[in-house]
Amino acid sequence: MKVLVPVKRVLDYNIKARPKADGTDVELSGLKMSMNPFDEIAMEAAIRLKEAGQASEIIAVSCGPQACQETLRTALALGADRAVLVETDEPLQPLAVAKLLKALVAREQPGLVICGKQAIDDDASQTGQMLAALMGWAQATFASRIALGTDDASVTREIDGGLETLSIRLPAVITTDLRLNEPRYATLPNIMKAKKKPLETLTPELLGVDISSRLTLLKVAEPPERRGGIKVNDVADLLDRLKNEAKVI
Amino acid sequence: MTLLVVAEHDNLHLKAATRHVLAAAQAIGGEIHVLVAGHHCAAVAEAARSLPGVTCVMLAQGDALQGPGAENMADLVVRLARGYTHLLTAASASGKNWMPRVAALLDVAQISDIVRVDAPDTFTRPIYAGSVWATVRSEDAFKVVTVRSTAFDAVPETGGAARLEVVDAPVDAGLSRRTDLALSESSRPELETARVVVSGGRGLGSAERFSELLEPLADKLNAALGASRAAVDSGYVPNDYQVGQTGKIVAPDLYIAVGISGAIQHLAGMKASRVIVAINKDPDAPIFAVADYGLVGDLNQVVPALTAAL
Repeated sequence: MKVLVPVKRVLDYNIKARPKADGTDVELSGLKMSMNPFDEIAMEAAIRLKEAGQASEIIAVSCGPQACQETLRTALALGADRAVLVETDEPLQPLAVAKLLKALVAREQPGLVICGKQAIDDDASQTGQMLAALMGWAQATFASRIALGTDDASVTREIDGGLETLSIRLPAVITTDLRLNEPRYATLPNIMKAKKKPLETLTPELLGVDISSRLTLLKVAEPPERRGGIKVNDVADLLDRLKNEAKVI
Repeated sequence: MTLLVVAEHDNLHLKAATRHVLAAAQAIGGEIHVLVAGHHCAAVAEAARSLPGVTCVMLAQGDALQGPGAENMADLVVRLARGYTHLLTAASASGKNWMPRVAALLDVAQISDIVRVDAPDTFTRPIYAGSVWATVRSEDAFKVVTVRSTAFDAVPETGGAARLEVVDAPVDAGLSRRTDLALSESSRPELETARVVVSGGRGLGSAERFSELLEPLADKLNAALGASRAAVDSGYVPNDYQVGQTGKIVAPDLYIAVGISGAIQHLAGMKASRVIVAINKDPDAPIFAVADYGLVGDLNQVVPALTAAL
C-alpha cells in the first residue's frame, strides 16, 4: 500500500513568532524554517509501516513556495521514496491544501494518508479532516497508536478525558498526535542519498485546483500582554496574598 | 442572521463549554439555535432549552451518533446547516475532530479557535502557540467557527425557554466504529472547567513524586491536575493532563505551576488564567514572567508546606 504524507514548511519550533512592524503578517524573513513537528511524526509513522512491510512506498507532499523543496528533501532523507511539490507563491489555507491533496490522492491512489494533527504556525488543525471529507473517507485524528490491517486500521486517539480506539475502513486519513512515536533524525548518508531521490514539481493550475483565499488576513498583533507579578517570600506570604489580595482561595 | 451552535455533552450532561460558545454566538448577534446530537441524550436537550437567548433546540438521537464519529456527525450537521449564517462549536477534541469535515463538505473555510468576535464576519484567533493573534475576515457566505471556550465568559444555565425540534439522526456511513473507550477515572473536576488547576512539570522528577506532592494539594483545593509536556513525555502522568499549545487550553481562577519552567508552548495553554502561582527553584524560569505570585524554592519542601497550611 502506498502512503502519502503531507509535510509543511513552518517557522522553526524554537523561534518565537513576532508580527511584522506594519502588522500585516508574521515576520518570517531571515528566520530558520523547518518541517512541522507533527509532520515529522507522520513521516515516522509511515516509515515504520514500511519497515514492518505494511507500506510499499512513501510519497511526501508539500504545497507552497519553491523553498518547500528543502522540507521535502528532509522527508526524503528520513525515508520517503519520492516527493511531490505543488508549487505556488500564493498563501494557502487549509481548504486549498486539502483540495490540492485530493487531486494528488486521485493521481497516486494511496491506501493511507498520514498528516500531522496541526501545523504549529497557523494552529488550524483542519487539513487532514478536510481531505478525508472531500474524499468521503474515514478519518482518525489525534492518533497515539496505529495498527494496520488489510482493509481497515485500528487507531487509538486522544479525546477529552481519555482514549478511544476506532476501527476505520481504508483508504483513510490519520492525523498524528505527539505521543504516536519519536521521530528519528536523518543520518548524513541518508541526507546524501536523498539528493538523488525523485522530486516532482506540479502547480495548482496543472492539478486544476482553485486555491483562492476564503479568509482575508486583516491584522497580526502581539496578544494582550500578561505582566509578571511579584516574588513572594515564603508559603505564609503566598497564602496570605492568595486569600486577602487575589481572593482566590 | 441565524446561528447554529452545536452542543458539547457526554449524552448525560451539557458541558460548560457550550455556554461559553453561546457567549461567542451572542457576541456575533442574531437568532441562536442549538443542536444536541448523540445517543440517549434527551436530558441534554432539556438542559439546552433553558439556556438564555436560545430560541430552538434540535435533538438528533441515534446509534450512528454514539461517540459520535466525525463522519456521521459531519453528515448530520451539513444536512441541518442550510438557512444558517454561522455554525459554531467548541474547539474541543470533539469539535476539532468533526468541524473541519463540515467546512470542507460545504466548501467554506473554517475559522479555528477564535478568542474574539470583531464583527459578524471578522474574528481574532491565536496563531504560533499564541505568540501572535491574527484577525481574519471570512469571505464565505456561511461562517464555520470553533471557539476557544476560555476566551468567552459562559452565559448562565437558565433564563431561556426554547422550543424543541426532533430531527432525524443520520444513517451510519459505515466508515468507522468505536471498538474501545478508556476514560480516565477521576473524581476531580474536569481540567478545562476547573476553578483551580494544579499543574506539574519536569521538576517533579518522577511519577511517584508527582502524585505524592500534587494530589494532596489538589485535594485540598478541589483542583484539577494538569501537566507540562515535559512531565507527560517523561511518563509522570497520562497524555490528557497536558496543558499547552497542543494539549488543553485552560483559564482557571487559580493556576498553580509547580516545577514548570514555562516554555512558550505551555504558556499558550494557561496564560489566560486569572491568577497564576509559580513554584520553581530557578529564579530565572520564564514562568515567573507571567506569574502573579512567584515562589523561588525547592518544591519538595514548598508544596507539602503549602498543602499543610491550607
